[in-house]
Amino acid sequence: MKAADFAYARAASVEDAVALLATYGDRAKLLSGGQSLLPAMNLRLISPELIIDIGGIAELRGIAVTGNTVRIGALTRHVDVQRSPEIAAHTPLLKEAITHVAHPAIRNRGTIGGSLAHADPASELPACMLALDADLVVQSKSGRRRIAAGDFFQGIFQTALSPDELLTAVELPISAKNSAYFFYEFARRHGDYAMAGLAAQAVIEGGILADLRLAYFAVGDRPVLAGTANKLTAKTITPALLSEASRALGDELDPQDDQQASGVMRRHLAQVLLRRCVAALLSRPELVGATA
Amino acid sequence: MTATVPISLEVNGERIEANVPPRLNLADFIREHLQLTGTHVGCEHGVCGACTVRVNGDIVRSCLMLAVQAHGGSVQTIEGLSDSGEVADLQGAFRERNALQCGYCTPGMLMVAQDLLKLEADPSRDEIREHLSGNYCRCTGYQAIIDAVETTARQRRNRSA
Amino acid sequence: MTTPSSKSEPLSILDRPNSYIGKTVPRPNLDRLMQGRGQYVSDIELARMVHVVYVRSPHAHARIASIDVTTAKQMPGVIAVVTGRELAKLITPWVGVLSHLKGLKSAPQHAIAIDQVCWQGEAVVAVVASNRALAEDAAEAVTVEYEELEAVTDMETALDPGTPVIHASLGDNLAFERVHDSGAVDQAFADADEVVEADFVFGRHTGVTLEPRAVVADWNPAEARLTIYQGTQAPHMVQNIAALHLGLDERQVRVVCKDVGGSFGIKVHIYADEMATYALSKLLNRPIKFVADRVESFNTDIHARDHRCRGRIGVRRDGAILAFEIDDLTGIGPYSMYPRTSAIEANQVVNLVGGPYVTKNYRARARVVFQNKNVTCQYRAVGHPIACSVTEGLVDLAAMKIGMDPVEIRRRNLIADDAYPCSSPAGLRFEKLSHHASLTKLMQMMNYDRLRDEQAELRKKNIHRGIGIASFIEVTNPSAAFYGVGGAKISSQDGVSVRLDAQGSVICQTSITEQGQGSESLTAQIVGSVLGVSMDRVRVILGDTDNTPYGGGTWASRGAGIGGEAALQATKVLRKNILEVAAAILQANPAELDIADGVVVNASDGAARIELRELARIVYFRPDTLPPGVQPELMATRHYVPRTYPFAFTNGVQAAWLEVDTDTGFIKLLKHWVVEDCGTIINPQLVDEQIRGGVVQGLGAALFEKCIYDERGQLTNANMADYLVPMSGEMPDIDIGHVVSPTSESELGAKGAGEAGTAGAAAAVSNAVNDALRPFNVTITEIPLTPQIVLTTLGRI
Repeated sequence: MKAADFAYARAASVEDAVALLATYGDRAKLLSGGQSLLPAMNLRLISPELIIDIGGIAELRGIAVTGNTVRIGALTRHVDVQRSPEIAAHTPLLKEAITHVAHPAIRNRGTIGGSLAHADPASELPACMLALDADLVVQSKSGRRRIAAGDFFQGIFQTALSPDELLTAVELPISAKNSAYFFYEFARRHGDYAMAGLAAQAVIEGGILADLRLAYFAVGDRPVLAGTANKLTAKTITPALLSEASRALGDELDPQDDQQASGVMRRHLAQVLLRRCVAALLSRPELVGATA
Repeated sequence: MTATVPISLEVNGERIEANVPPRLNLADFIREHLQLTGTHVGCEHGVCGACTVRVNGDIVRSCLMLAVQAHGGSVQTIEGLSDSGEVADLQGAFRERNALQCGYCTPGMLMVAQDLLKLEADPSRDEIREHLSGNYCRCTGYQAIIDAVETTARQRRNRSA
Repeated sequence: MTTPSSKSEPLSILDRPNSYIGKTVPRPNLDRLMQGRGQYVSDIELARMVHVVYVRSPHAHARIASIDVTTAKQMPGVIAVVTGRELAKLITPWVGVLSHLKGLKSAPQHAIAIDQVCWQGEAVVAVVASNRALAEDAAEAVTVEYEELEAVTDMETALDPGTPVIHASLGDNLAFERVHDSGAVDQAFADADEVVEADFVFGRHTGVTLEPRAVVADWNPAEARLTIYQGTQAPHMVQNIAALHLGLDERQVRVVCKDVGGSFGIKVHIYADEMATYALSKLLNRPIKFVADRVESFNTDIHARDHRCRGRIGVRRDGAILAFEIDDLTGIGPYSMYPRTSAIEANQVVNLVGGPYVTKNYRARARVVFQNKNVTCQYRAVGHPIACSVTEGLVDLAAMKIGMDPVEIRRRNLIADDAYPCSSPAGLRFEKLSHHASLTKLMQMMNYDRLRDEQAELRKKNIHRGIGIASFIEVTNPSAAFYGVGGAKISSQDGVSVRLDAQGSVICQTSITEQGQGSESLTAQIVGSVLGVSMDRVRVILGDTDNTPYGGGTWASRGAGIGGEAALQATKVLRKNILEVAAAILQANPAELDIADGVVVNASDGAARIELRELARIVYFRPDTLPPGVQPELMATRHYVPRTYPFAFTNGVQAAWLEVDTDTGFIKLLKHWVVEDCGTIINPQLVDEQIRGGVVQGLGAALFEKCIYDERGQLTNANMADYLVPMSGEMPDIDIGHVVSPTSESELGAKGAGEAGTAGAAAAVSNAVNDALRPFNVTITEIPLTPQIVLTTLGRI
């Protein structure tokens, strides 16, 4: 399976890259880590006319903390997020999630920008962006804009990016004091795409979930920030309340059928994740067994 | 057909200059242009791990890299790791434990095992299994490979103790 | 036939000093593989070599209306674009039938399809270009017009009157049917206290060898010789078949096998695209390389194990099993594979069901039906996993029905260890098996009672663990009864030549082949032991029809038992010849001499008399110094074929210990055990590693693997992200023990061991899952056991 022929250009700067995108638009594909692009090209599922290699654009790499914001350059590799002390300190959910992305060799090349722009609904990072309430910084020849994570992911491999736009960075609020996170995914084997997964970020005060963001992945055509979270905030969680929330979650989600799992199965796993998440966040293991 | 692109890189310590089609992936470049056939092709979609090499010190799947992306970089293949002696003890443990049968996954396994042992001096069996969980082997059932990596880790700890 | 020890050999071959038999020694020549300096077919580069890519049918069943190659031919790097009709002038079609499988029928198959394509993935046009990428580009430019035909994709309706017949000349889609009826089955079911029935469903599997199929065919017109570089398990078979269909004599064909990146039976068959590659080389007078890519592999490597089997068991309340009955249906491809046929697997299922047990009441029907899906054929442990899963699943169901422990019911029904020789219900002869000793050993190894206690404790906490047991028999060392009797030119004998070189080292040529199991090592171990030289003085040559004796190769777990015996016998002769020369040189009696560590010594006190190196020097360069009339012969060849038993049966038992998460359906494999009796063990580590590898293939079958076809005959998961193979993260450690019952048919006494792991692993897992779920009163008789199936069965979704 050899990729079809294509023209190749190395972009030396963001300016270079957006100039090329302005000319070629959707006839071009951006090459960052290539861990999603190259398999598709090797399988001849896509045959772009031009590959714009942005791998050398140094300004797109790096993690920096400014005030209450963690800024991650789009070309930052997964392994660098994994090892980053800033991420560990300020957005630990992301560090946990990254360990579930594929395998070490993939993480050494794959980039956060690549993963987010690819928008595979079964992948971990888009859900993390939702859970962490991130903004995605996007650049084109005509300027820059910020897109909230909730608006960015629009469908299977579909984002708010226009063909002439380049994702340059993500900006995440520093996780608050008293914040806690939960991350789990059900996958058939280590490193496989999830059958259902949950990235959750919460603020806990006195055994109560003051804030809760439940970002599910692999349960629809995009990551889903579950509205059901509202049923669980600012109140004491009882088994009955959790069961009710679980039912509401089931109504809220409309997962797809595919070879790995039916929609019904995915919905069920999402409900299991809800219980396990709440139990873990509140350190109340007895909540896991609460039946719907 | 697109014109070739000049690349300059280091492979196993040797300076290489070549002109390559942009679509040529790194695995094919290594195997066909450099005749270093120890890097194996098993799937070409990044799942089996047989094509694992080191680029700038990091293990990567060479079927998921274009040769042009390696421009200016340093590539190490299994031949390089063998000739430098870097994995001699791992290879010895593999031999003793018969941690290879057909040998096709072995270069990739050695690459990834060495990567683990550089990161973690005392990995548990579960940690070894996890680090190798992206490398497919059909012959051994993995246990012998896990044993050999565990043995090597212990030997290295003893040597440095 | 046993060769009695002669007076000149005070100890048996297996007891010689410094014997390697029974010793774990590292395999020789592993450095090459570990340094990345192996030579797999995909590594081979020859002068003027070009690459072929096959345009493949996107339809499961269609008529080829037209083929337009004009654009493709003009594209960069293209050397030739060849259709099936053009290639048929060089290579004749074949039919995959054997006469001993009565009634087996199949249609002629061409190297490249002509007029009709019968499965999605079948080759339709060959594109030859200077590299693979350019060939793929040109392949996209080939235009084939198809008239789609209705595809036969459901084995259950393949024989219905309304279903199209794939090959009109055959009359229907029934490839083969076999019925068996022994004992008094109806009476037995009438007498039974309980009769249990279940439908067993098996996922279609494929081998997923890490190195895909690859061939370099090199026709040299100046020599009128074809050299085929291929990772085949049976080089002489390939030689014979390539010659036959290309109109050559066998001596015009040389088959060379160097390193092989995994086979497991996948690479023992004759593939249309490989035959096409041979023919293309002859057409174009240059080397042609074909390497299947991973998608092609999924679509065209043989599939296997696609069975639906209804099983019935009758049991008395005291635990006596009175009868087994099965009705097995398997859906193969549109052609029976060549030359080993796609009926052997079903035939084996009939042969093996009930095999470990005493009851003689057994009735079976097996039907093999054609479908418009990929071809199927022998894959590691052919038919055994089906037979074992059905048998052991039924035994567990019977035990549950009468409230008996699954180990206890087996103790009451396994053939007694002293009952041999005897026959199986299907009429197969057992020389000596050890079901009870193996089961006892297994119980010790796994500490069965403690696991049962642990299971009970954890159940109180809603944690569900299960134990599954699977007894099995395995066919090894097949005689001509397997293929030869049916007319296949597949050799059931093997040969070894050994010679002393001019420095006193041993050069050994063997007709068995190596795919990583250790054929080279076992041969060197035997030669070294029998002769009395260190293994590193033994060089083994295999995988080359020009440079080895004629033989069957390595498959059906026959390498050690048959090739090993040939090595033993040949080396005995060489040793005798050496001692005769030594005696002549030393003016001694050969009966008083022996060889140890490369030196001829006194048998009595081990004193060194003459080094082999020196003896060789004299023989090769100074025969003038030998006594008159002495004609030394430092080379010996012996062949071996099993004559008494058509198959050397082995036996074993496996156990799985696992946990089922009843909230999510996920199954975690905690531990696995195997006790295996394969007779004399030449290298314990190599045998155990074969078993481990085989077990993991079975575990993959139990939990993960399935070729998923849609109703249109499209293989929908032809890649490694969607066809799930077992990876290290999910596999358990596997403990292995042995009982040893040598075969007395050979002096070596070795039976085969390569497939035992795969035979019983899935059965053990299925039984363990059902054991874990016992409190829920459910049984699952389908594999793979996906989380979805578990949850659905439990009624959780």
